Amino acid sequence: MIISLNHYLVLSAFLFCIGVAGVLTRKNAIIIFASIELMLNAVNLSFIAFARHWGDAGGQIFVFFSLVVAAAEVAVGLAIIVVLFRHKETINIDDVNLMRW
Amino acid sequence: MNITYNLPAIGTQLVLGAGVILVLLADLLTGKKNRDVAYQTTLTVLVLAGIICVMKWGSAGAGFGGQVFGDGFASFFNLAFLAIAFLVVFNSPNYLKRNEIDHGEYYMLILIAVLGMTFMSSAGDLLIFFLGLETMSISLYVLAGFHKSRARSNESSLKYLLLGAFFTGFLLYGIALIYGQVGSTNLADITSYLAGSANPLGGYMGVGLALLLVGLLFKMAVVPFHFWSPDVYDGAPTPVTAFMSAAPKAAAFAAALRIFYDPAISLGLPWDKTLWIAAALTITLGNFAALAQSSIKRMLAYSSITHAGYLMIGLAAGNELGASGMLYYLFTYGFMNVGAFTIAWLVNRRGEGNYLLSDFAQLGSRNPVMALLMSIFMLSLTGIPPLAGFFGKLYVFSAGVKAGLIWLVVIAVLNSVVSVFYYLRVMVIMYMREEEGLKDLEKAPTVAITAILCGLVILLLGLFPGPLLDLARESVLSLL
Amino acid sequence: MHHETITTTHSALLWLIPAFPFLGMLINGLLGKKQSPGAAGILASGAMFLSFIVSAVVFFQLLGMHAEERSLTQTLYTWMHVGDFSANISFLIDPLSAVMILVVTGVGFLIHVYSIGYMKGDPGVVRYFTQLNLFAFFMLLLVMADNYLLMFVGWEGVGLCSYLLIGFWWDDMDKAIAGKKAFIVNRIGDFGFLLAMFLIFVAFGSLDFETVFARATGMPYGSGVVTAITLLLFLGACGKSAQLPLYVWLPDAMAGPTPVSALIHAATMVTAGVYMVARSNILYTLAPVSMAVVAGIGAATAIFAATIGLAQFDIKKVLAYSTVSQLGYMFLACGVGAFGAGIFHLMTHAFFKALLFMGSGSIIHAMHHYMEKTGSHDDPQDMRNMGGLRKHMPKTYWTFLLATLAIAGIPGFSGFFSKDEILWKAFSSGNIAVWVIGAIAAGLTAFYMFRLVYMTFFGEFKPAQSGEHPHESPSVMTVPLMILAVLSIIGGWVGIPHVLGGGNHIEHWFHPVFAGSEHISTLHQGHGIHSSGIEMTVMIVSVLIALAGIGIAYLFYIKKTDIPGKIVSAIGPLHKLVYNKYFVDEIYEAGVVTPIEKTSDFFLWRFFDVKIVDGMVNGAATVVDFIAGHLRKVQTGFVQNYALIMGAAVLVIVLVFVW
Repeated sequence: MIISLNHYLVLSAFLFCIGVAGVLTRKNAIIIFASIELMLNAVNLSFIAFARHWGDAGGQIFVFFSLVVAAAEVAVGLAIIVVLFRHKETINIDDVNLMRW
Repeated sequence: MNITYNLPAIGTQLVLGAGVILVLLADLLTGKKNRDVAYQTTLTVLVLAGIICVMKWGSAGAGFGGQVFGDGFASFFNLAFLAIAFLVVFNSPNYLKRNEIDHGEYYMLILIAVLGMTFMSSAGDLLIFFLGLETMSISLYVLAGFHKSRARSNESSLKYLLLGAFFTGFLLYGIALIYGQVGSTNLADITSYLAGSANPLGGYMGVGLALLLVGLLFKMAVVPFHFWSPDVYDGAPTPVTAFMSAAPKAAAFAAALRIFYDPAISLGLPWDKTLWIAAALTITLGNFAALAQSSIKRMLAYSSITHAGYLMIGLAAGNELGASGMLYYLFTYGFMNVGAFTIAWLVNRRGEGNYLLSDFAQLGSRNPVMALLMSIFMLSLTGIPPLAGFFGKLYVFSAGVKAGLIWLVVIAVLNSVVSVFYYLRVMVIMYMREEEGLKDLEKAPTVAITAILCGLVILLLGLFPGPLLDLARESVLSLL
Repeated sequence: MHHETITTTHSALLWLIPAFPFLGMLINGLLGKKQSPGAAGILASGAMFLSFIVSAVVFFQLLGMHAEERSLTQTLYTWMHVGDFSANISFLIDPLSAVMILVVTGVGFLIHVYSIGYMKGDPGVVRYFTQLNLFAFFMLLLVMADNYLLMFVGWEGVGLCSYLLIGFWWDDMDKAIAGKKAFIVNRIGDFGFLLAMFLIFVAFGSLDFETVFARATGMPYGSGVVTAITLLLFLGACGKSAQLPLYVWLPDAMAGPTPVSALIHAATMVTAGVYMVARSNILYTLAPVSMAVVAGIGAATAIFAATIGLAQFDIKKVLAYSTVSQLGYMFLACGVGAFGAGIFHLMTHAFFKALLFMGSGSIIHAMHHYMEKTGSHDDPQDMRNMGGLRKHMPKTYWTFLLATLAIAGIPGFSGFFSKDEILWKAFSSGNIAVWVIGAIAAGLTAFYMFRLVYMTFFGEFKPAQSGEHPHESPSVMTVPLMILAVLSIIGGWVGIPHVLGGGNHIEHWFHPVFAGSEHISTLHQGHGIHSSGIEMTVMIVSVLIALAGIGIAYLFYIKKTDIPGKIVSAIGPLHKLVYNKYFVDEIYEAGVVTPIEKTSDFFLWRFFDVKIVDGMVNGAATVVDFIAGHLRKVQTGFVQNYALIMGAAVLVIVLVFVW
């Protein structure tokens, strides 16, 4: 079987959807965060596949940058979650609703 | 391939980038004893960047092989970002010291956020746009949670980060799909692809553009992608809220105009079904929710959602009048909001998290100048002439009528009528409500100067809107 | 067509007219508590006087010019200039705005002077004069503007000042609420004005009066756009000039100080709508549907408000409803194409109604002091507590009587000429139904005004306590009354019709402004009736109706004072309906207290009730609050709820794009 562009794209879409589902359903802030990372990496897969398809380095370069961005987000995110834990002694996302309405 | 770098095209960004490092170093060396060095350095950097921006106004051209533009459009927005940042930074020490969060990183983060915004407004490539957006967003996440010891501030930043990162996923996916269809992330290539294609939304392009749009709508806090903004604005330190409600929103609109403001593109897209409905929902929901608030901060947060809705009309109109109206609107809106939030934190006396409207009671007699300025901000937000807020609306709404969006404009004008209720309430409380045991406001010269400056700008840009409107128009023309 | 041919002359004086009150406002406002109350009044009045002098100079300058060239302009600077669109801060004085500035500065000056006496001793005097000057400034901007944008600035400004001055005594919550109501209802009107402005801008590419009107004459007669524009503008006029259904705020606005009622709610601001319609006469004439609406609403308001005026006991409320009714007359005139007659009535009405309000202020002032002295807690504004004041307050009585004769339309007095001109124009243009309504309303006006005079000045002073009685007001208040009394008599002599051997100068004066409209309407509707015999007959009929009204009032309140009581018991329910102003406030109560349970009741009421709109305005506020209260609950505070809704929205947008 030849693995075509579409195979990569479908896989990427699948991973992306799993990520979205994780964000919407999990309660643990760190797991939600990991799900977001999954979404970003799914997109990276698409980028690489397209870059290969077009024979263009632009997509691959984009992936480098998006990895950097994701790493920065993780760094900030984990720091915020640590602070959250200091306040609430939990990282359950449902306990975070001081502000509403 | 021979790429001309053309460094002047990113002159402002270079100053800001160097400034970030300078502030970091300055604070490292002197910060233990006082923050004034970091503070002064930041202000100097902002002024320098502003000078570069004005000196190179619209003349720098494209740089880095069309990746960035130093055109009039970029200059216009960059100046707006710098002005807003300057005003916010200028009076921040008062707030930071009072709340014991006087750390040098604050100034550095603001500079980084501005740096990100300047790249958004001058992006010629989706990569640059994406990096600018993320640079801005990540520093804003930290700024929102800058009040580490406060649970509300922490919640604010967590919500912002989770939802922001979630939508980064969508945005990035959108860019990937566009890249997949066009083979390039350069805006010029994408535009020519769309203009030359018989079915512009075919292939991956439809989903790609939709996701890109969604990412932008999120940053603009347009309904139904607004949910994060009231909570985030509410919990963030107030100067940060003032900054967030004005500058990043402008940056998102700047990017939207860069990407979508081209007749060749906007004609083929289903704006009537998306932007039209989103604008109507945004205006109405923002307005009605603002009515029900008892906290000035949340009220202003919802009000800022409403204003994003008004701005959407200009975007949906897709004509030159609408775009230049948006530029004028965003520029002046920044001053109104910074002014209003500034006074709000001066008046607030119950501490963070309790920005009650009732704190404004008797401000009319306690501090007539502040009350007058607050009245100006409220009236300008309502859109009463001859204040600047009126002309922004006039232009954007006229553009809507011109583009045939009559019913949308009717909805918007009706909502303007509703908005009187809550803007007026502030004035009624300031001048009419009696309350026991209110003290005079503390003396805070920087805050007073900021508020007076904002008030003057709004008044002057209302009485003499011509030059700014001309500038806005030229800037829009430089886009094409 | 005709309009374009008017040549304009530059005048460097015009800016001074609004500048003086602005300067007065600035000085009093900046000095604030440091300013002495006496100096504040003198400064504010002086500013108005200087403004009046300049207005008079400008007027005579205009008078010295050829009729077709009477137009003075001054451009201060270009407000904005974008593309082919530009708006200037510039002023236009033509015969129409010349009359307006004379009224605003002249009557305004007298009211400022009167205020010095009326507001003496009030702790907020400086604030009062600051706001009064600010009002005059915005009012002058409104009438002097040469484009809709600047007019709108004045329009909003006077609304704001009206709001501040109605709620002047803020410690009183009712009054603060009345001010807010005025502001909000006005905003509904402004909604119309704003939309109209966008439409004008899009349709004509300009907001300049001259350009817009010139381009409008190229539009087809009865075109949809022009009809929409004029109807929206009229919505704005209804809000500002208290016409059905947006009149509700004006009676409540009587909560403000009486001189404010005289200036803002009788002589100047409330007439802004009439001025705006007259200014846009070309547009209206091109839209026959709008003209019919204007005439219809005007006539309906004229008679409707007059019937409410019949049964009120609060002296200011009677005058308030009378004002609403008289404004209806002015719109009626505009609606039948008699713009000049409408403005003529606006002018005479400014004289006699300002006088009536100031006279009532003088009475209230005296009653108030009397009540204070005797320790009584009766309402100083209730006419049932008055009577016999003729003896104690002769100057107030005589001036008040002259104004009443003027408003009743007694020949020789100013109101007669202007009202008669309107009725004749309605008749001669073939709007017989409008004429009948107008004539009946005239009779009702004569009745309720003389009822007021008889109840307050005649008979015995009701609360007569040993030796105590109210005293005449000081000269600073009575002298302005006398000046206005003179104007109430002679003010109409500029418009004596040809049948009575006069020259009808005012019609000729206005002719250049309305010539374009007359041309259009003759083109499309032909000439009206021209017959001296019929005109005389119509005139005599309306005089007879007015005399009948006075006679009946005499019969009821002097001769056989038991008749009103009998009638009240005979037509009990009807009287109750009218006295209670058609129960609007009660409906409002029902609508606010238990909005949901009483919804059906509320709707039922509204069908039977002409005055539904007050209920609707307040009901709308309730509904808005209700929706807002529930809508905010969408913001649950749970971040995953947000993510879910937003994610679903992403899906929707993607689907829209893919399809």
